[in-house]
Amino acid sequence: MPLSAAAPRRPQAGNRAYLFITPFLVCFVLLFLLPLAYAGYLSLFKDQLVGGTVFVGLDNYLRAVQDARLLDGVLRVALFFLIQVPIMLLVALAVALAVDSGLLRLANMFRLGVFIPYAVPSVVAALMWGYLYGPDFGPLTQLGERLGFAAPRLLGDSWMLASLGNIVTWEFAGYNMIILFSALRTVPVERYEAAAVDGAGPWRIAWHIKIPALRPALLLCLIFSVIGSFQLFAEPNLIQRLAPTVIDSSYTPNLYAYSLAFTSQQVNYAAAVSFLLGFVILVVSYAVLLLTTRRPRR
Amino acid sequence: MTTTIERPRSRRRTAAGSHVARRPRSERRSNLLTLGMGALLVYFLFPLFWLVIAATKNTGDLFSTFGLWLGEDFSLFSNIQATFTHNHGEYARWMANTLVYAVVSAVGAASLATFAGYGFARYTFRGRGPLLGLILGTIMVPTTALAIPTYLLFSKVDLVNTPWAIILPSLVSPFGLFLMWVYARDAVSDSVLEAARIDGAGELTIFFKVTLRSLVPGFVTVLLFTLVATWNNYFLPLIMLNDPSYYPITVGLSSWSAQAVGGNGSNAELLASVVTGSLLSIIPLIAAFLLLQRYWQSGLSAGAVKE
Repeated sequence: MPLSAAAPRRPQAGNRAYLFITPFLVCFVLLFLLPLAYAGYLSLFKDQLVGGTVFVGLDNYLRAVQDARLLDGVLRVALFFLIQVPIMLLVALAVALAVDSGLLRLANMFRLGVFIPYAVPSVVAALMWGYLYGPDFGPLTQLGERLGFAAPRLLGDSWMLASLGNIVTWEFAGYNMIILFSALRTVPVERYEAAAVDGAGPWRIAWHIKIPALRPALLLCLIFSVIGSFQLFAEPNLIQRLAPTVIDSSYTPNLYAYSLAFTSQQVNYAAAVSFLLGFVILVVSYAVLLLTTRRPRR
Repeated sequence: MTTTIERPRSRRRTAAGSHVARRPRSERRSNLLTLGMGALLVYFLFPLFWLVIAATKNTGDLFSTFGLWLGEDFSLFSNIQATFTHNHGEYARWMANTLVYAVVSAVGAASLATFAGYGFARYTFRGRGPLLGLILGTIMVPTTALAIPTYLLFSKVDLVNTPWAIILPSLVSPFGLFLMWVYARDAVSDSVLEAARIDGAGELTIFFKVTLRSLVPGFVTVLLFTLVATWNNYFLPLIMLNDPSYYPITVGLSSWSAQAVGGNGSNAELLASVVTGSLLSIIPLIAAFLLLQRYWQSGLSAGAVKE
């Protein structure tokens, strides 16, 4: 992010800046940096039956990187990210381009209709879809019966990740679409006019002008999706009740950290797992940034 | 900022219009595209359609009748009554809690972000670059990775199981600061500030009397998105709160649903209330988004392009 791009300001007003930024900074330090520091400190200890809490250095982290349950969870959300996010962003991009193209009737209705699921809490989304997926009385199964085919067992082992991916896509495609659509709105009209004069149709304008112009906004969506995928919690936590044998307590890393902290009372280890998860998300985010902003070779 | 967004929009409309007139083929494409988008719209709206239908059914009909159409009895009103009276009206209490948590957090977070965004955008001071870099770098720190650390700290200082445990962590929005920083950089002109300073106005007077008005779309954007984040938050209240009387609606509905589908001693009758409660809980946010769309859309445009 180009911090240096800001225009130079009057230096004499300098100290008054603190009037404006201090409230935010105080909250930031107390509610953001301090919890992280405290949890980082806790993660270096271990609660033992004999001897109480003892300093163990990086033992919790060494244990975490060898913890098969954690690794399985991380791999699962990584797979989820690789498949769900491209589908979701393609849907979002298609809707944003269609709404922006001027070729669509009732464009405003489509934009709002696709966006509305974002205002639905993930708890409600998971409850709804969980019911819709139901193998006995779910409307999708009923629909399949009426049309004469057997619906797949959407809450079964082989479909679960796809079913969760569908819930997340449903919730967040509209949000990403709005970000992309807002970015499209700021592309100067002159560029379209010039291309149209040259005889480019709407599809070519979309491909050659609009999509390249959307690069920064797409990147923003991608980064948010990394964060969203790797910290998946509410959806599997609620679907777990419907399919307890498919979703176990370490299905995603966040479910695992939650069960460590609150079911098995391993607070110190849970702090280490939270930290490690945050670290993984940072690494993946920066990897995505590096891969997508890499300059093409000459 | 608003004007620079509005202008291209109206100009583009006319450009596209003349385009269609010159090429009759685009007219046909538009039908095809509308049809395709219509199919997508059905996907996005059909769970909500199901929710509306399901809220009119009693628990028996929920299991026995076809899910995508009305059941035998129209039970919407008795469902609403059951939802609000179950367990001494805890549903209304959860809605009120959610409203308080979400509004206080959103107003607080949007105000802090607006002040700070303006401060970073309009003043030069020592350490501005690194400080801003540090805060913006934390946009990528996931909220749930922060939730357990916050819980550990709050349990140390006896803040868990209080409303503050939900409100305080929601006050810090690095992404909100980013949006307001970008917004304040573009929406406020230096010459206006300079003129106000020459007139002898103090910095706070300038902020409230001169610049605040032009920051409103950005403020509303951050307000709405923090409102949604807090309204929809599940992980944080789930770990912070034990006492059901403090629950927000998400944790409350989840606990009802656990009772409705749980094995032994489960209360299947509650299912109709879970469904109706879900429907009622999403109406306020959808209404807020529809009513305030003029503001948040122009606010988002500023953030999306300048990243």
